Amino acid sequence: MAISKTHVRTTLNGEATEYLCEPNQSLLEVLRDVLLLTGTKEGCNDGNCGACTVNMDGRIVDSCLVLGVEAEGCKLMTIEGVATPEGLHPIQQAFLENAALQCGICTPGFIVATKALLEKEPSPTEARIRHWLAGNLCRCTGYDKIVKAVVDAANTMGGKK
Amino acid sequence: MPLRPIEYVAAKTVQEAVTSLAEKGDAARPLAGGTDLIVQLRGGRRIIDRVVDLKAIPEMNELTYNAQTGLRIGAAVPCYRVYSNADVARAYPGLVDAASLVGGIQIQGRGSIGGNLCNAAPSGDTIPALIAHSAVAEITGPGGNREVSVEEFCTAPGRTVLQAGEILVAIRLPAPAANFGACYMRFIPRNEMDIAVVGVGASVVLNGNTVTACRIALASVAPTPVYATAAGAALVGKEATEDNMNAAAEAAQAAATPISDMRGTAEYRTHLIGVLTRRALRIAIQRAKEA
Repeated sequence: MAISKTHVRTTLNGEATEYLCEPNQSLLEVLRDVLLLTGTKEGCNDGNCGACTVNMDGRIVDSCLVLGVEAEGCKLMTIEGVATPEGLHPIQQAFLENAALQCGICTPGFIVATKALLEKEPSPTEARIRHWLAGNLCRCTGYDKIVKAVVDAANTMGGKK
Repeated sequence: MPLRPIEYVAAKTVQEAVTSLAEKGDAARPLAGGTDLIVQLRGGRRIIDRVVDLKAIPEMNELTYNAQTGLRIGAAVPCYRVYSNADVARAYPGLVDAASLVGGIQIQGRGSIGGNLCNAAPSGDTIPALIAHSAVAEITGPGGNREVSVEEFCTAPGRTVLQAGEILVAIRLPAPAANFGACYMRFIPRNEMDIAVVGVGASVVLNGNTVTACRIALASVAPTPVYATAAGAALVGKEATEDNMNAAAEAAQAAATPISDMRGTAEYRTHLIGVLTRRALRIAIQRAKEA
């Protein structure tokens, strides 16, 4: 079946970004293979692990379960959009300081998911953090250090307001 | 693994979607949140040539609630919109329970209630909740419009009453009666992100402590979600007591035909139906008293 590529216009990490993709390419494949933004990771590729989490129009989604063509007109944010030229985001800093990562494959997804939570709910409880991050799997840390990092980041970000 | 080549059609109207789907028959499938469909395509469990995206159709994204006429959920409305709406959360607590525990936050941001119904998994969490809330499916197809109650919508695992070219447009839930309460709960071995070993949806209407209406529906205990009519009937006209709830729970157990698989044995599932029916009823009754 000959299918031509589709021209998709998005706002990616604050910049107008256009790409060509085939309808069977996932947003994850577009990010990594077309746009060469390899910060977003492929884990399970079926919506269980959250390694490919990106922010799409203000909601976190598994980019492996979105078609690239579905992002037409959408505002996307990936891990590449989290730090600034001035330095790491407080969430990234908190992950480093709390040793909330080991192999690092799950980390971009956790940070994108955490950012969405703290922008909505600046002081979540530990239970709320664990619930929010249930769609992100980590096989190294045992989660406690990640939860501590999120609490730490919430405190830091709250303190800057 | 990449998906097989597919054609992507973003329909702008319900009619356009129906036409585009009817052209391809079984080789086309509607796309809402994609959280089931894309997994099935990637795994080769469903082989199609065309996906018809419904999300650009305004009607498919409407969520309207009116205290007199009830709730209408467009087929592509994602789970989070149902539990983020305070009026809906108050009026339809059983549906909110279910929408809050489908997958994780990433899935709830995308996966729709309509898609959960059309996917017709025996374990679909929102389906027993929809049945408890007396929901009706609004269907459009080449032959016109029709309505099917949600308890009659699923016909086998992954199969529904939808005929070639037909799509689910919306799900309608009647306005709850005074002193109405509902609850959905499921058992899974962890707290989140799992498939129900058993799920139970229950709703009641109370007059004082007397149950005047009751609906109980079950997930993961038969080839389709089960509307356990005898279980609800066992409570109607009775006081909301533990003994009467036990009778309803036993009737729910009798309505199920569970299998043994990696999630649990048939015996274990039967036990869980009893436990969860009692618990869901207690919460539904409590909510009815607070309503």
